[in-house]
Amino acid sequence: MRKGGRFPVHILVFLGPAVLIYTAFMIYPLCDSLWLSLNNQASGGGQIFVGIQNYLALFSQERWSAPFWNAVRNNVVFFVIHMVVQNPIGLLLAALLVSRIRGSAIYRTILFTPTILSVVIVGFVWKLILAPSWGISHTLFSIVGLSGLGDYPWLGTESTTLITLSLISVWQNVGIPMMLFLAALIRIPDDLMEAAKVDGASGWRIFWKIQFPLILPTVGLIAVLTFVGNFNAFELIYATQGALAGPNFASDILGTYFFRTFFGYQLQPADPFMGSTVAGVMLLIILVGVLFYLFGWQRRLQQIQF
Amino acid sequence: MRSKFWPTVATHAVLLAYAVVALFPVLLIIINSFKDRLTIFSAPLALPFGDAFTLDGYATLGSSAHFELYFLNSLLVTTCSLVLILVVSSMAAFALSEYKFRFSLLTSLYLSIGIMVPIRLGTVGILQLMVSLRLVNTLWSLILVYTAQGIPLAVFVLTAFMRQVPRDLKDAARIDGASEYRIYLLILPLVRPALGSVLAISMLPIWNDLWFPLILAPSEATKTLILGAQTFLGEFANDYSAVLAALTLAILPPVFLYVIFSRQLIRGITAGAVK
Repeated sequence: MRKGGRFPVHILVFLGPAVLIYTAFMIYPLCDSLWLSLNNQASGGGQIFVGIQNYLALFSQERWSAPFWNAVRNNVVFFVIHMVVQNPIGLLLAALLVSRIRGSAIYRTILFTPTILSVVIVGFVWKLILAPSWGISHTLFSIVGLSGLGDYPWLGTESTTLITLSLISVWQNVGIPMMLFLAALIRIPDDLMEAAKVDGASGWRIFWKIQFPLILPTVGLIAVLTFVGNFNAFELIYATQGALAGPNFASDILGTYFFRTFFGYQLQPADPFMGSTVAGVMLLIILVGVLFYLFGWQRRLQQIQF
Repeated sequence: MRSKFWPTVATHAVLLAYAVVALFPVLLIIINSFKDRLTIFSAPLALPFGDAFTLDGYATLGSSAHFELYFLNSLLVTTCSLVLILVVSSMAAFALSEYKFRFSLLTSLYLSIGIMVPIRLGTVGILQLMVSLRLVNTLWSLILVYTAQGIPLAVFVLTAFMRQVPRDLKDAARIDGASEYRIYLLILPLVRPALGSVLAISMLPIWNDLWFPLILAPSEATKTLILGAQTFLGEFANDYSAVLAALTLAILPPVFLYVIFSRQLIRGITAGAVK
């Protein structure tokens, strides 16, 4: 290793392309967006620095704040449903798959299939299946003896649309927690479980007393991945309900609100400044989640381990 | 020894039930795409045999949208982005794993911001940048954005793998007078599994993306398959056989890629998370 002097050229050559592309097309636009969120349209054209006024408008000016808080509320519901439905199902499937049952590789492949499909496809598939006009949901609900529910417009009703969309998203994404939990469970040495079995512990007890505590780091990781993914979601709502996230904005989340704000839609003109402001708030929400994970959850676990 | 029979049966029952839940919607779409309109509605669960079998939906598809063009666009964007991601990330990962230099930790941290911060939040800036570079409605705009999006995780995973390559090997090459560039080329084949994993985890998010094609390249000539399918599905919402055919065609490529790359994909998902 050279001491002092000029920075070695070959290191620059190796790092240059990645750092340049990443900086130009990710970091710079992000910073530019944050800067735009502190500016607004000047009366004579051009832009003018306004400080945090855009943010204040977003939080409290009826025109912006009503749809904004609606989107935040919906997004929280969207996230909570993923946390309480998707991740426990993922854990259950992983726990079953790790028991080295025959055919577990085939099950794993099949269960992961929805996750590889485009959200657009998934959205349309479920929209078709749930559409009362096709009648397939009627047939399916009849099979399980609930024919009364078959003709219900799950996606078209304000009170059920968000929950329905969340569950469709759960159906698609359950493969990710399943895979991550499975990878964590496989790494636990067999000796631990064997010893407990010899002592007469039941499978249920072994899972909660030995396996689950050992995969706590993965639980945190999945929670933060779910958080980031959900507060950044857009496609499923856009594909099934359109940019207006109907009916009557009942399925509007931050991603769709962000899109409408900066891109404009129908009667709403495009506003890059307010759009950047919405993105700024989304960034803040995501950063809080990630920092909470890094410094709250992981730090805590390390203290327990050492 | 307790009997293991009932627990095994219960496990199979749960997994089988969930496998049905996972596959049924997809199979339902595929099966019905080969049926005529009448049977789609009267017997949605029937298999497409006999009189009910038809390719009408696919015919509508062929005559009213440029799916072969969309497919080529998707293929081009995905392939170019993946090649760029692999080349520039493996170079950066080599530098970060091999040398200790001023700011090396800082560079690693800087590059890993993008693992957690979604690139989508910079869309307003990206759109303005593409407008000023005159890249709107070109495939290049997508390729550059997807490359930037893929770099953080790729560098992270590849650095971890390259650290495991034994030092002796590289030092022996150095003694033989090999340049640093030559050593990089020497290391690449040794981390092939890691490259495969990075390829597999970067591929589907690019192929399946709707956001950036919608915003940066919505013109007819640059539509990707997903955007094309989205537009088509919106326009033909009431033509069930055409919609079902379009969905089936859109389902096939990712399933095909998944079948080929499932091992790398699974390894990649877990490697990215564990490291």
